Amino acid sequence: MASKIIVKNLIKSFGKLEVLKDVSAEIEEGEVVVVIGPSGSGKSTFLRCLNCLEEINGGTIIVDGYNLTDKKTNLNKVRQNIGMVFQHFNLFPHKTVKENVMLAPLTLKIMSKEEASIKADAMLKQVGLSDKANVYPAQLSGGQKQRVAIARSLAMNPDVMLFDEPTSALDPEMVGEVLNVMKDLVRMGMTMVVVTHEMGFAREVGDRILFMDGGYIVEEGTPEQILFHPREPRTIDFLSKVL
Amino acid sequence: MKFFDLLVKTFPTFPSAMLITVEVTIISLILATVLGVIFCLFKMSKIKPLQWIANIYISIIRGTPLVVQVLFIYFGVSMAIRVSIAPDFRWNLMVAGVVIMSLNAGAYMTELIRGGIEAIDKGQMEAARSLGLSYGQAMRKIVLPQAFRTMLPSIINQFIVTLKDTSLLSFFGLRELVQNTKIIVANNMEYFNMYAIVGLYYWVIVSILTAVAKMIEKRTTYGK
Repeated sequence: MASKIIVKNLIKSFGKLEVLKDVSAEIEEGEVVVVIGPSGSGKSTFLRCLNCLEEINGGTIIVDGYNLTDKKTNLNKVRQNIGMVFQHFNLFPHKTVKENVMLAPLTLKIMSKEEASIKADAMLKQVGLSDKANVYPAQLSGGQKQRVAIARSLAMNPDVMLFDEPTSALDPEMVGEVLNVMKDLVRMGMTMVVVTHEMGFAREVGDRILFMDGGYIVEEGTPEQILFHPREPRTIDFLSKVL
Repeated sequence: MKFFDLLVKTFPTFPSAMLITVEVTIISLILATVLGVIFCLFKMSKIKPLQWIANIYISIIRGTPLVVQVLFIYFGVSMAIRVSIAPDFRWNLMVAGVVIMSLNAGAYMTELIRGGIEAIDKGQMEAARSLGLSYGQAMRKIVLPQAFRTMLPSIINQFIVTLKDTSLLSFFGLRELVQNTKIIVANNMEYFNMYAIVGLYYWVIVSILTAVAKMIEKRTTYGK
């Protein structure tokens, strides 16, 4: 198995606040890595560094062989292959659902109008929202918005998908529909990094769990190891609060 | 009644003046929007000198009366051009009007556009960038269209302000509404009625614009 993402000694500060102190990790192709940890542990920041939404202060990140810290790397090009799903969906409110999905392939001239339209239909079908193609995001429920956001990312045929607390802003009854779409992706062999508080999801589909706290990866292992046999006191403490 | 007699009698002279007022306003506002976008990008840019240029421009326009800007550009700048570059230079009145009004409104538009952009959730830019769009593409396709939407009320307000401010262009004889009235008053001495009439014209145009603007605003509300 080839490493899809290699992170070495990543450091990230916001002003004087050092959020990531020394984070190293490797994510293999087709692997589903779930990142858990208390708020403020740096897990979202870690994820956002993986497609350079945050400018990093030290270390290296290599995605698909592209060194993101190298100034010569075309970040836009790299980001085309990394889908990202946000906690607050961030759909484009002035575009219909289908336009949201078609926007990036069209703007970046990766597909013709017809191709983008076919692709968008297929992606919306995949997330079960074919009937919502022509409505605006404001008319959707939270769960539907998040599924559109996933379809929007998938339209770019990414190799890697990053999920930043994709279900945290949802009403409880809508969490399931989003997780199901994500599970479909897992079955298709997508490489995924998921920051979440959904321990059930982590256990069910995660290949590996990273537990972060205070800007470090404190412990990592299989879901079985981390969730049921944690060794680090901080992991034990955190799990006792959330499980 | 005298007022209505005068209104009817002088009416034929007003359409062309009204056209000039509206033309200068519309062209100036389009140019001001372009200036606004450019200087707004300057202001938000990481390059310090560009920020300075934008700040100096805004500070000068906001810190001086429009009348001074009118006099300076029409009389001052044209004299400077005559002395240094073209001895026969004379402003075309329309062009001078448009230059003055767009420079003036441009400064206010800059602040207005910046406010509009800053009001758009940061997540919009992030989502667009995460899909692989460049900063410019994300701005053009995602942020600016939404920003303009939220700015629409303020843009309409600026439109109305600029429209009324064009009255100061009568200082150098551009025959817009006020200049036209001044010419009539010079002949018939009807100060009270004629200035009431020109006020009425402005009021009508502004009211129509406000109504149109409200319609546009309603139509561009998406999916709610």
